[in-house]
Amino acid sequence: MDDEERSSFVSRWVSLGSLNMSEIAIRVENLSKRYRIGALHQPRLGFREALAATFRGTGAPPSERANEIWALRDLSFEVKQGEVVGIVGRNGAGKTTLLKILSRITRPTMGHVELRGRVGSLLEVGTGFHPELTGRENIYMNGAILGMRKSEIDRKFDEIVAFAEVEKFIDTPVKRYSSGMAVRLAFAVAAHLEPEILLVDEVLAVGDARFQKKCLNKMEDVGQRGRTVLFVSHNMPTINRLCPRSLLIDGVLLMDGPSPEIVSAYLNSGQNTAAAREWPDPALAPGGEVARLRAVRVRGRDGRIAETVDIREPVGLEMEFEVLKPGYVLLPHYHVFSEAGALAFEAVDTDPEWRRRPRPAGRYRSTAWVPGNFMGEGMMYVEAALITMEPVITQFWERNVVAFQVLDPAEGDSARGDWMGRMEGAVRPLLHWETQFEPATEPPLTVEG
Amino acid sequence: MTTKTERQTHDDVPLIRFGPEQSLFDLELGDLWRQRELLYFLVLRDIKIRYKQTALGIGWAILQPFLTMVIFTAIFGVFVKVPSNGQPYPIFAYTALLPWNLFAQGVARGSTGLVDNAQLITKVFFPRLILPLAAVIAPAVDFVIAFVFLLGMMAWYRLAPTVGLLWLPAFVLLALLTALAVSLWLAAINVRYRDVRHAIPFLLQFWMYASPVAYPLSIVPERWRGLYSLNPMVAVIEGFRWALLGGAPPAPGLVAPALVLVALLLGGGLLFFKRMERTFADVI
Repeated sequence: MDDEERSSFVSRWVSLGSLNMSEIAIRVENLSKRYRIGALHQPRLGFREALAATFRGTGAPPSERANEIWALRDLSFEVKQGEVVGIVGRNGAGKTTLLKILSRITRPTMGHVELRGRVGSLLEVGTGFHPELTGRENIYMNGAILGMRKSEIDRKFDEIVAFAEVEKFIDTPVKRYSSGMAVRLAFAVAAHLEPEILLVDEVLAVGDARFQKKCLNKMEDVGQRGRTVLFVSHNMPTINRLCPRSLLIDGVLLMDGPSPEIVSAYLNSGQNTAAAREWPDPALAPGGEVARLRAVRVRGRDGRIAETVDIREPVGLEMEFEVLKPGYVLLPHYHVFSEAGALAFEAVDTDPEWRRRPRPAGRYRSTAWVPGNFMGEGMMYVEAALITMEPVITQFWERNVVAFQVLDPAEGDSARGDWMGRMEGAVRPLLHWETQFEPATEPPLTVEG
Repeated sequence: MTTKTERQTHDDVPLIRFGPEQSLFDLELGDLWRQRELLYFLVLRDIKIRYKQTALGIGWAILQPFLTMVIFTAIFGVFVKVPSNGQPYPIFAYTALLPWNLFAQGVARGSTGLVDNAQLITKVFFPRLILPLAAVIAPAVDFVIAFVFLLGMMAWYRLAPTVGLLWLPAFVLLALLTALAVSLWLAAINVRYRDVRHAIPFLLQFWMYASPVAYPLSIVPERWRGLYSLNPMVAVIEGFRWALLGGAPPAPGLVAPALVLVALLLGGGLLFFKRMERTFADVI
């Protein structure tokens, strides 16, 4: 969907919500969540001790307290009824943990939550979809899982089916659907969910763009009065337009205010995941007396700065630097990390024009084009470095300098083919597949039944 | 009138407050009741996908107890010549296999019900109790089908059910509750210790030999009866045989311990399950 549509969608939501602005829909008090890290499936506790500890109510004896991390620490905020609030923060800042606590999937370690109204959470579309069940059966199943009543699903059934554009296949098992159809059906159910409080975790960012737009328009049409929304996204323009107010969190609440302020604070905090970063003041720019980094940008094929890129499209990683001292051979160098923190690949400038050639002073803009159908889905984090040869000296090496999100629209022509399930891996090349087939010489055995 | 409206409003926009603490005895059964439709759909899903893409389909519900009956009849009825209370051995065994399979399938599916639905648990909130509950209820469909087959067998052997038949639902319920009680414990433990999955086939095999499925209660030595009757499935199976084939009703000394034990196991299981529930999503 484009930004205009998002913004009209939000303004509609917000203006309707102003009817009951005084009432608090979500109150979070001193919320903390501790996770134990380490191999959970190789418990260090004996079985008997674990049972005993369970009934004592402390969870685990003090000896286990060493291996723990606080995903959230002492978080407090309030959201009024009808507010649409963005949650911003780097990966691992606790955004998803917060939504999981609010939707009661997991319990806080400390603190309290008060919710006024029915809560619906969209942490993933298509939860509970079963490939053996038909479209009709899956609508009911998925609807019930998301908290809809049967009567409610009955009432909206035809609308959901028409919306998903799967009328002809509604009594066909979902395993026979194309990936696009299955995703549309999952979205259609989600779009018809009408709780008072809606928790959304980036889910509207996957799937085919035309259909996403339809989903948002649909939610707008329903006229959800006083609907309260918490929206987690890595996409800053979306946050800015969708949510008048945002929270910046990093385990703790760092800032709470109007989204434009929050977003710019986040982008300048060094922990951002922005697709572009610039150093207007040369004195503050990374580097030394030989060269300084002035900007790093992620560009789409059309040359625009791209927060999100289609998995099938090439991405340009652009490094702008200033050479202050002439006469050095320079090697621009990237490291690209996956969301899981794995190094996906490294790349060194091989442009023949400047290869092994001492560079005169001036501004350079080096762009490395990463081919389409190469990187995996999810956030990708970039480190930018510049190295001088003879002697080898690293002039600058900026970690997490830019980030972008790779999305697979699942239209069947990416490396996922017709598979719509989860796919792992930092890279996802579209491979050339070959099949060799030898026809059976004997007549095949017939299958009974 | 006014109170009712207020109540209505309250129901529509409920205020909930929660934190880390949890009252030990709050089983949140209200949540369970509100989401009863989800229970219905989960049971329906289990039933629908169980025999998908099988050639015999629902026929398996009959075939499984039937083939077990054939094997038991050959080994215990013909070779070993186990007494069968004066009834034809096949029907003697089949009457016991019905509640046994209901129980065993309930335990097998109920115990892994949480882990099998890990994706749901980490993505959506609903009362987790629904999962073992649905898994224990779903085999009831197999039971009903196998039961119809039993009626046919009774007609074949010209056996008429007695008035005790009216008690049958009570024994079915006892079998289901026993399965649920055991499942609650095992399901919650299985979230953290996957050993359960490996222990279940053994546990069920052991349990079956400790129940009068292939042999009558009468061959159990008197001095072992006290210990033996701690197994609630003894009362269930004896009750089934009595209700369907006649003979002496199960002694109170058999039923009372079963009821007490199931009540304790179920109550403890519910508390244990609710206690463990809060960490399911983190650990699973």
